[in-house]
Amino acid sequence: MVVQALKDQGVDTVFGYPGGAVLPIYDEIFQQNDIRHILVRHEQAAIHAAEGYARSTGKPGVALVTSGPGATNAVTGLTDALMDSIPLVVLSGQVPTFMIGSDAFQEADTVGITRPCTKHNWLVRDTVKLSSVIHQAFHVATSGRPGPVLVDIPKDVQFASADYTPKPQAPTGHYRPQVKGDMETITQLVEAIETAERPVFYTGGGVINSGPGASQLLRELVEATGFPITSTLMGLGAYPASGRAWLGMLGMHGLYEANLAMHGCDLMINLGARFDDRITGRIDAFSPRSKKAHVDIDPSSINKVIKADMPIVGDIAHVLEDVLKIWKARGRRVNREALARWWQQIEEWRKVKCLTYKPSETTIKPQYALQRLEALTKDRDRYICTEVGQHQMWAAQFLGFEDPNRWMTSGGLGTMGYGFPASIGVQVAHPQALVINVAGEASWLMNMQEMGTAMQFRLPVKQFILNNERLGMVRQWQQLLHGERYSQSWSEALPDFVKLAEAFGAKGIQCADPADLDDAIMEMLAYDGPVIFDCLVEKHENCFPMIPSGEPHNKMLLGDAKATNAIAGKGAVMV
Amino acid sequence: MSPLQIKKGSNKHSAYNLRPTFSDVQETHTITVLVENEPGVLARVIGLFSGRGYNIDSLTVAEVDHEGHLSRITIVTTGTPQVIEQIKAQLTRIVSVHEVHDLTAEGSSVERELALLKVAGTGDKRVEALRLADIFRAHVVDSTLESFVFQLTGTPDKIDAFADLMRPLGLVQVARTGVAALSRGKG
Repeated sequence: MVVQALKDQGVDTVFGYPGGAVLPIYDEIFQQNDIRHILVRHEQAAIHAAEGYARSTGKPGVALVTSGPGATNAVTGLTDALMDSIPLVVLSGQVPTFMIGSDAFQEADTVGITRPCTKHNWLVRDTVKLSSVIHQAFHVATSGRPGPVLVDIPKDVQFASADYTPKPQAPTGHYRPQVKGDMETITQLVEAIETAERPVFYTGGGVINSGPGASQLLRELVEATGFPITSTLMGLGAYPASGRAWLGMLGMHGLYEANLAMHGCDLMINLGARFDDRITGRIDAFSPRSKKAHVDIDPSSINKVIKADMPIVGDIAHVLEDVLKIWKARGRRVNREALARWWQQIEEWRKVKCLTYKPSETTIKPQYALQRLEALTKDRDRYICTEVGQHQMWAAQFLGFEDPNRWMTSGGLGTMGYGFPASIGVQVAHPQALVINVAGEASWLMNMQEMGTAMQFRLPVKQFILNNERLGMVRQWQQLLHGERYSQSWSEALPDFVKLAEAFGAKGIQCADPADLDDAIMEMLAYDGPVIFDCLVEKHENCFPMIPSGEPHNKMLLGDAKATNAIAGKGAVMV
Repeated sequence: MSPLQIKKGSNKHSAYNLRPTFSDVQETHTITVLVENEPGVLARVIGLFSGRGYNIDSLTVAEVDHEGHLSRITIVTTGTPQVIEQIKAQLTRIVSVHEVHDLTAEGSSVERELALLKVAGTGDKRVEALRLADIFRAHVVDSTLESFVFQLTGTPDKIDAFADLMRPLGLVQVARTGVAALSRGKG
């Protein structure tokens, strides 16, 4: 029945790990060929792989885990998906109903534990309801602001038989979030667009979640208005990095021109972003002179952190369609003169070249490694995952994303160990594509057991490890804020990554010389199978630009080379 | 040298000390939530309050529509206007929640609470307790030669006032239901 419901929902892949309490479902999986099961090596990886699958396809990811430890191992992945609004349906086994509450073997209060880390969850006590609950689970996971849901199924409920409720007959319940925005506020926004002198689009993961249509409409609106656009980490790819209005990512490690545009703008159009603390910096000094429009499908995101002057609850694609329609009908007006001056100002900021770093001929700078990776792969059908830390920020700064759903990174939760399993999920969904996980050595080790999965299913994922033998971001904060006392941030006793790859039957490449880097990357790309690329990089490189926490956008620090300039030029950069 | 210009060993730069600058006036609101009566629904609501650091002054819950499997949860909470708005928005997000109403903001409403108060004593104090109970229209629902149990319904303020009066007269135990509330008028 479970497998039938999944088939009816169009599921083709399940990531999972078997155990006592899910054996009946695994038996069903064994007896069919429509749904492919990817056996991971740890339940956390099953959830992250499902996330990678979901983010790269726009379809919900599905994972199957057993009771007790299977479910508790899934908690990190569920929380990650909740923070980043990724649609997942996770099925967990549970001890039989008559044993619930008896501290049975591998029993855990799964719905209790996962209640705060799912959008909704169900414990199905009756087989009659099982199929309709699964259909409802897909409805909840994918509608409104997407998120992970969990269905906990006791073993006796799996064994018992009952009539199957097909998808069209399953009740969706009262849960129907609003997708159309309020026309009056949308009209106000259009009026603001017509007169704004220093506008900026600030876009987030909501644009990606709204579907490819939203990205298309966004591109149309940005091109037609000529307004500059920046994006959060989550929203990269909605507007192409090669687009003429693109300012780059904003936020704590965002680009100088993007952050100063946010600080100095008079109209901020927030599309599907949530004013996260990594974006806003100090709140009382955040973009002090702007009118703020905030479009979000989740009413609780609006006015949570930053007061919105034009709050619009709705789906990005629907709202953008209305904005375009009204703006065109009123004569496609913008304040051209002021806009030209605004762009001049932005060009001034761009001249700072905030991503500049000191090049080296002897050691590989991590930024250089990513620049070369970008140059050698940008024309290919490419998907990028990352772990969490400095390498993640450098990847966001130095890699260009031309399309949505091409960039998988743990934004809200910041889960080290996310990238490798996510890359497996992406590769499963796109077998022919080039899938690269940009990693740090410490993050990568957190889920390195997934080499087994990659080998078993012949998934040619490329693990591009920027190895600085440090927890780089921790080390950076210790240097900047804790008097250079590097407590526990040295990655001691690292494995030989080349031998590690070989132990799994994969290919290992190590590169330490900038002169060899291009050839080594080409060797990685040419190899038909999983590769661990151990890129030995400069060990003490810091990630800049950086807004020190608790500071506003105009108090940015630029690279080491420019630190003095940045401080001396503080007055000059104020708008 | 540290490019951040922050003193070595300084710890005043936590990333999380970023409170917004909304109004900091504390308001008390009565919020009523119509929820699907299913296992765990109360935990969802309470978990939201504890997880996000909101206050619960009082909370009542009971099924109000057996056929529709709906329960009404009445929550009295205190917070800044921005926090109250967040509470309502967050409650609305819960999939099992059908309706959220802020009775304090949506016009006038009636609020009632039931309390049982046990008062022990003899002599003048006992007579005085009974006399005050009469003024407050409290009923005696249990009586021994040395004690009364009074039943009182009213607003939380009225119950507070009655309990304060009973304290010197031998108040030993109080049980309160928390507030039940509905908006006035037809809607």
